[in-house]
Amino acid sequence: MGAARKKLSLFDIFNVTCFTLFSMLVIYPFWQTIVLSFSDANASSSLGVHLWPDRWITDAYEFVFSYGNIMKAYLNTIIRTVAGTILIVTFTVLAAYPLSKKELPYRNFFTIFFLIAMFFSGGIIPDYLLIKNLGLLDNSLSLILPSAVNVFFIIIMRNYFMTIDKGIEESAIIDGANYFQVLTKIILPISKPVIATVALWAAVFHWNEWFHALVYIQDDAKSVLQIVVRDMLTAMDLSNNSSTAVGGGGMSGSDLLLSNVRAATVIISIGPIVLVYPFVQKYFIKGIMIGSLKG
Amino acid sequence: MQTVLEKVETKPERKVNTTWVQMKKMKMLYFMMFIPMAMLFIFHYIPLYGIIIAFKDFSPGLGIWDSPWNNFEHFKRLFSDFLFLRALENTVVISLLKIIIVFPAPILFAILLNEIKNEKFKKVTQSISYLPHFMSWVILSAMVIEVFSPQRGIINYFITLVGGDPINFMSDKASFIPILILTDMWKEIGWGAIIYLASIASIDPGLYEAAEMDGAGRFRKMIHVTLPSIMPMVIILFILRLGSVLNAGFDQILNLYNPLVYEVADIIDTYVFRSGLEQMQFDYATAVGLFKNVVGIVLILTANAIIRRKSEHGIW
Repeated sequence: MGAARKKLSLFDIFNVTCFTLFSMLVIYPFWQTIVLSFSDANASSSLGVHLWPDRWITDAYEFVFSYGNIMKAYLNTIIRTVAGTILIVTFTVLAAYPLSKKELPYRNFFTIFFLIAMFFSGGIIPDYLLIKNLGLLDNSLSLILPSAVNVFFIIIMRNYFMTIDKGIEESAIIDGANYFQVLTKIILPISKPVIATVALWAAVFHWNEWFHALVYIQDDAKSVLQIVVRDMLTAMDLSNNSSTAVGGGGMSGSDLLLSNVRAATVIISIGPIVLVYPFVQKYFIKGIMIGSLKG
Repeated sequence: MQTVLEKVETKPERKVNTTWVQMKKMKMLYFMMFIPMAMLFIFHYIPLYGIIIAFKDFSPGLGIWDSPWNNFEHFKRLFSDFLFLRALENTVVISLLKIIIVFPAPILFAILLNEIKNEKFKKVTQSISYLPHFMSWVILSAMVIEVFSPQRGIINYFITLVGGDPINFMSDKASFIPILILTDMWKEIGWGAIIYLASIASIDPGLYEAAEMDGAGRFRKMIHVTLPSIMPMVIILFILRLGSVLNAGFDQILNLYNPLVYEVADIIDTYVFRSGLEQMQFDYATAVGLFKNVVGIVLILTANAIIRRKSEHGIW
């Protein structure tokens, strides 16, 4: 008995140690990026564990904040995320509410119309040709319109709406309210959790989305942060030498590597997600729970 | 509701009538759906029509409709195209390796995390574990490249400590696929575990008590109670994962690879991207993409059909 207990607690120690190590492994790349963004070229040119900068310097951030294109891209990303999220949430509600009504004639037809889009897609090239033919290349609308209707979100919200008690709704209709009033006055106020979930998902999607921006937007003035980071990566790839210092242009005094500047750009671009993350993560979990159950 | 519908079905003329009345009553709901449906039509259904250029000699000047048909030339070319066959092979190899190695990881993660007794520690670990899931591969590849960097990276630091020479991992054919698998696991293990942790949480505690009564220790309970309880979930997710075997991770690879590792890293999606948008072979790239999508849809529908038969509930 005593031996058994000892063995169990050994396992506990082992388990806790493993998970502590695991957490450190998850965090290390993030921490390393922070350190790199506060270091100078000298400190970043040697192999090492890099848990602390030799000295904390903010040159990389000064460069990033004074470099017009990066700030413009930051602003574009914020605008895109806000506009895109509003669009997705609006369309999700507008489609999910009617689809949640079992008595809606031809509901199955409409449901299938949405579901098909989940399984069949034209692919990269037909999508590109459509945007080109619509004249939306190099237009910021190409970043928010194609993704404005998200069938997965619609299903999640529809499932949530279907769990709402019909009683209040029906009496409101009998009292002469129309469906739009019912939706805005009764349904939406009690659906805040699912709306928060969808809005957060949509915001993360738009904040992180880079492929449409890569393919549809050539104009630097309309670019988003993800593309700025990507361009820095490819620039480095081409020179195949990450020791290239960012010389002259806008920089004063101490020398920085492109890597320092890139790290700073990465930090400012993940900053908003990391800062709100602890407070909103429960909504993400809620989303996957609602979504994984079938309706 | 059900019985009303069944009753009217025997009287067709009345059914039309009631349906019409119901539709008029609910017309505002149709108006609501109209804009989302129109958007979906434009941005999802019209590109489906664009797929026909896979069967044509597409010239942008003539447009999709007027470009001449070319008698499946693109598809004939497909199977003699070395680059395509290489991409197909890489796709399947990378994907299967991910299924074998990455898929079981969240299961183990969930079972072991469930054994942690300190709730606070458990929560913090879990929160940290799915942080990378919320980052794009553009951002993560910037981090991954630094970790493996021959100039600054921690991995190469350890290699030099034991007397080795720094390796340029990202352009090394032997190490690129292991990096893909490791980083994929790093990004998704915590997120993937959520669903298993939820189903572990819903296990009847009585099962554990009964097992204890039978003298089962901790490991026996893990293997004989916890694991079997989440097995249905594991099977469903496994079949679904098999259904998407042609998705080897486009976002990840496009952001991590470079020409030096194309030989092992170029997958169908990245090949479509390069041949279509960089070399402007719109029609051929569409044919490659169509091939992938058709096989993919067959696989995913098969997967769903199997799940339906096995467990009475499909994914939708």
